[in-house]
Amino acid sequence: MNRSETTRSFTMATWLGWQVESNWTDPFLFAIYVIIKPLASAAILVVMYSIITGGAYNSPLFPYIYLGNAFYTYVGAVMAGVSWAVIDDREHYKTLKYMYIAPINIPFYWLGRGVSRFLIGTVAVIVILTAGVLFLHVPLDLTQVNWGLFLVSLLLGVTMLAMMGLILASITLMVAHHFFLIGEAVAGALYLFSGAIFPLEVLPAWLRPVGYVMPITYWLELMRRSLIGEVAQAFPTLAQYSNLQLLGILLGLTVVFAVISVFTFRWCDYRARELGLIDRVSNY
Amino acid sequence: MTDFAIETKDLSRIYKIRGNKKEKQIRKELVALENVNLTVERGELFGLLGPNGAGKTTLIKILTTLLAPTSGWARVAGYDVTQHPNLVRPRINMVSGGESSGYGLLTVRENLWMFSQFYGMPSKEANQRIVELLKMVGLEDRIHTKSSDLSTGLRQKMNIVRGFLTDPEVLFLDEPTLGLDVGAARDVRKLIRSWLDADKSRTLLLTTHYMVEAEELCDRVAIINKGRVLACDTPANLKRNLQRDAIFEIETSPLNGLTSQILQDQPEVKKAALTDIEGGARLELILKEESALASVINILTQKDVKVRRLTKREPTLEDVFMDLVGQKMEDVEKEEAPHAV
Repeated sequence: MNRSETTRSFTMATWLGWQVESNWTDPFLFAIYVIIKPLASAAILVVMYSIITGGAYNSPLFPYIYLGNAFYTYVGAVMAGVSWAVIDDREHYKTLKYMYIAPINIPFYWLGRGVSRFLIGTVAVIVILTAGVLFLHVPLDLTQVNWGLFLVSLLLGVTMLAMMGLILASITLMVAHHFFLIGEAVAGALYLFSGAIFPLEVLPAWLRPVGYVMPITYWLELMRRSLIGEVAQAFPTLAQYSNLQLLGILLGLTVVFAVISVFTFRWCDYRARELGLIDRVSNY
Repeated sequence: MTDFAIETKDLSRIYKIRGNKKEKQIRKELVALENVNLTVERGELFGLLGPNGAGKTTLIKILTTLLAPTSGWARVAGYDVTQHPNLVRPRINMVSGGESSGYGLLTVRENLWMFSQFYGMPSKEANQRIVELLKMVGLEDRIHTKSSDLSTGLRQKMNIVRGFLTDPEVLFLDEPTLGLDVGAARDVRKLIRSWLDADKSRTLLLTTHYMVEAEELCDRVAIINKGRVLACDTPANLKRNLQRDAIFEIETSPLNGLTSQILQDQPEVKKAALTDIEGGARLELILKEESALASVINILTQKDVKVRRLTKREPTLEDVFMDLVGQKMEDVEKEEAPHAV
């Protein structure tokens, strides 16, 4: 079967990404790692919340923070996952040049490499949500979930994150030295401005616009609304927008980021060839 | 479209190098390739011979679409590497020696199979070919070994198989036997020869700084130094130009201050190179006339240097290189080591 260049780039990169992410230990330990890691990070947040609010788990702020933090897992997983492939292939496995001379579609190869982190991220999100419902009374009722809105928002959000990951991957191609944490650094910085752990009103007025131009802000709001409905709308940040308007904004920003990612990739790819960066190893 | 497998015209590449922290503003230029004009016929095994830092790898990087030239153009399999890289890539493959690339968590078979899939090979055909090629390089018993568990040499063999696996129109091997032991290097050379013999349309460009390898394998050789192609012909023709010269190798006692320059100042001495060996020196001479040997011996006697062994021999590619560059390749490498590209 002769698959198209794009399809084989994506599927084989997905296969490779999964092997790289899951093969470093035996399956049992890997499963434990996938479950324990998100629980530990959620537990840190819950303990901090408990100390600051005196254990006000019934406040709408708690599910706001809890769900925002849970879904933010995808930001680090997808965005950093896609861009990490550049560092991993160039510095660690020294295969980037061989991928580059192969007849593959490089952006789709990078996106494929991010799929495994997306899958692991999905397990993490499910684990965090389940723990929240079972032990912390997060008001998530599966019969009340707006599944249509949830699935559309999730699909659109992951696409948006993948586009942002592609931008980071392209930039990573240009920085030959010690910027290997660029993906996680950007994900960390956006954590503060996307309403993941507090409403944007908490930020000084001059910093809020950063959150308003980030598609992650709208995406997290949509995820909350689809899962816990009105509780999510207890905060004024995006209350004036309907679900459909939020979807429209998210779709628009996703398209904008997709266009930016295409141009960023083309420019970085061109410059990397000009400067001879594709196979440059900094031995970090 | 042309009939050449590889064609370059005035191909140049200049690297701009920034200084260290104190000299950040100072940009130095390093000429890695300068007006390289080459043509390689389809079916040819073409060798690029030169010391480390000569520009061989830079040329391969350009030809494999990894690096943009500063000026000039290059075509591979009939397509311009800058304008149509997507048409070049399905037709080529490349292996760099002396490195241990590959996904350590994957087995040898998985590594190779994965690359075959990126090239769109049918899975069954790929698996059969993997077994065949691994047998040819003596790696079949490691097919299910994780590549992280292989020694550097075995990993290099795996990578060499990766290059042949996709059966490219043009294969680039950059120092394929670098770091391999004698037996492994012989296996690789055998594989190269049999791959080319099996299909006369296949083309292979090989870079090496092993003269014997170039002489044994290559149909034609380009001698390259400091980014410039100094000569390009069959090994026999390159050597033929030296056949009217007399080439001597002399082993002596310690040199007592004698330098190669003193010898080269003699009118009939074309080139002289000195190498320290245990308890003395080896002197390699290219003389315009055999009779000039007398004046060389005379100088040695004056310096109280004793001749232990004197051999007249046929020219080798090493002599061709020395004749063109004025130094032995290993001496050039010693000088150029800090600037190698």
